[in-house]
Amino acid sequence: MKPSSTFKNLVNYTMFAVTGLCTLIAVGILFFILGYLVYNGGKSLSLSFFTNLPAPVGEIGGGMANAIVGSGKVLLLATLIGIPIGFLGGVYLSEYSTQQIAFTIRYITDLLNGVPSIVIGIVIYTVVVHPMGHFSTFAGGVALGVMMIPISVRSTEEFLHAVPQSLREAALALGAPKWKSIVTVVIPAAMRGIISGTMLALARVAGETAPLLFTALGNQFWSPGWNQPSATLPVMIFTYAVAPYEDWHRQAWAAGFVLLTLVLLINITARLALSRGTYVSRG
Amino acid sequence: MSKVPAPKKLSTENLDFYYGAFQALHGITLDFQENLITALIGPSGCGKSTFIRTLNRMHETVKGTRLTGQILLDGKDILKEDVNAVRLKVGMVFQKSNPFPKTIFENVAYGLRVNGFQGGKAAIQEVVEKSLVKAALWEEVKDKLHQSAFGLSGGQQQRLCIARALAVEPEVLLLDEPCSALDPIATAKIEDLLFALKSETTIVIVTHNMQQAARVSDFTGFFLLGMMIEFNTTNTIFQNPTKKETEDYVTGRFG
Repeated sequence: MKPSSTFKNLVNYTMFAVTGLCTLIAVGILFFILGYLVYNGGKSLSLSFFTNLPAPVGEIGGGMANAIVGSGKVLLLATLIGIPIGFLGGVYLSEYSTQQIAFTIRYITDLLNGVPSIVIGIVIYTVVVHPMGHFSTFAGGVALGVMMIPISVRSTEEFLHAVPQSLREAALALGAPKWKSIVTVVIPAAMRGIISGTMLALARVAGETAPLLFTALGNQFWSPGWNQPSATLPVMIFTYAVAPYEDWHRQAWAAGFVLLTLVLLINITARLALSRGTYVSRG
Repeated sequence: MSKVPAPKKLSTENLDFYYGAFQALHGITLDFQENLITALIGPSGCGKSTFIRTLNRMHETVKGTRLTGQILLDGKDILKEDVNAVRLKVGMVFQKSNPFPKTIFENVAYGLRVNGFQGGKAAIQEVVEKSLVKAALWEEVKDKLHQSAFGLSGGQQQRLCIARALAVEPEVLLLDEPCSALDPIATAKIEDLLFALKSETTIVIVTHNMQQAARVSDFTGFFLLGMMIEFNTTNTIFQNPTKKETEDYVTGRFG
């Protein structure tokens, strides 16, 4: 017997409602988090948050200027380490490697991408912090840089792959050696994508806390240079959120709000860059 | 077959070509006369595109291919020479126009720049203009040389690709179905420009369109299943072919 049309309609509506509701929840979570942070973080935010050092225990107020600068330095270093390696690895993967080798490399980078960030923290602690004898901005940058490498490799590879083969052939047919065709045609054609991939990688590691606990550690004061323990926003949030002081909780909310805004800004900029960089031709 | 007085510029000797285990070309021996247009015709998959891509060694960009035999340019085997130098002498225009995501000017100047052209800025400008004039595109683009090439129409883009190929003054120009994506007006423009280029360049054109082969070429080769079935003057191929397969194809009985 065929199911009646009422039954089919019922199933149809149920599926529509259930899938729609789940989508709503998925999207809603972001807005819930955002709203919660704006509410709690926004009201704790003040100019002094951006300009002052953390206040001593017992004193109300103070800011996280050192953590904001610290996060900036760690992310800068991470970018300097992760992006060149990831970018050039991606170029090799897309332009030079044979299929079998590419498969292996892709698999390995995916595995690296899947390594829990706390494990990366321990490893960098062992190979950088321990020999140096102290925590440092440098170690934090290395840890986050390592995390950026696989993301950067894969996104570079993907965007280079999207460059039409016909462009490579056009360059070669004009007598350009392969490396020149890559530098002058293939990479420029994929540049916007690669840059936005880089920014997404940056946004991805900007909120990492676990690897920084073992590497940059934290600091209540300024951390000049690269060689001393440094405050960073994620670690500050952790420290302040688990502390027993009401005022510190407010500071943690404010830090969370600043961090999320930063990550969202990077994300949105990256997407905008990408949407304008699609390869379109009338021909 | 009538003997031809023009000297041969490019020739292949007993060319076999394989994609992995599949043999795509069987013993192709062919001469291309200097400053004439040779058309290669045949049904899809007959190997004519594969063949033309061997003439400037573009086949080497595809992994797992193998080629035996000889390809002689002015009597020298191009397979034994520097591949970039070969491609500089034997230019190529592809089926689908493929301008670089650069300005019109930079597209044409590209060949000069990557080959370490020694002249200054003015010299490059001169070559760009000359090439665009030759490709019958100058009048249409002279006011927007520094705009993106992607703003051009399909036919203009294909002429831009021809200008780009001409900028490095190739001795031989290979065209792999250059008009297959173009309308009749754009096609006519490209055919006109081939006539004009003939005096200085040896031209080989692969085409699906038999009328086009009849219109533009001096010689025609008919390919079928990876073999060169018949090669002769275009008139002979279209009006008095020797082989039954050629006749069937040019009269439209198959293909």
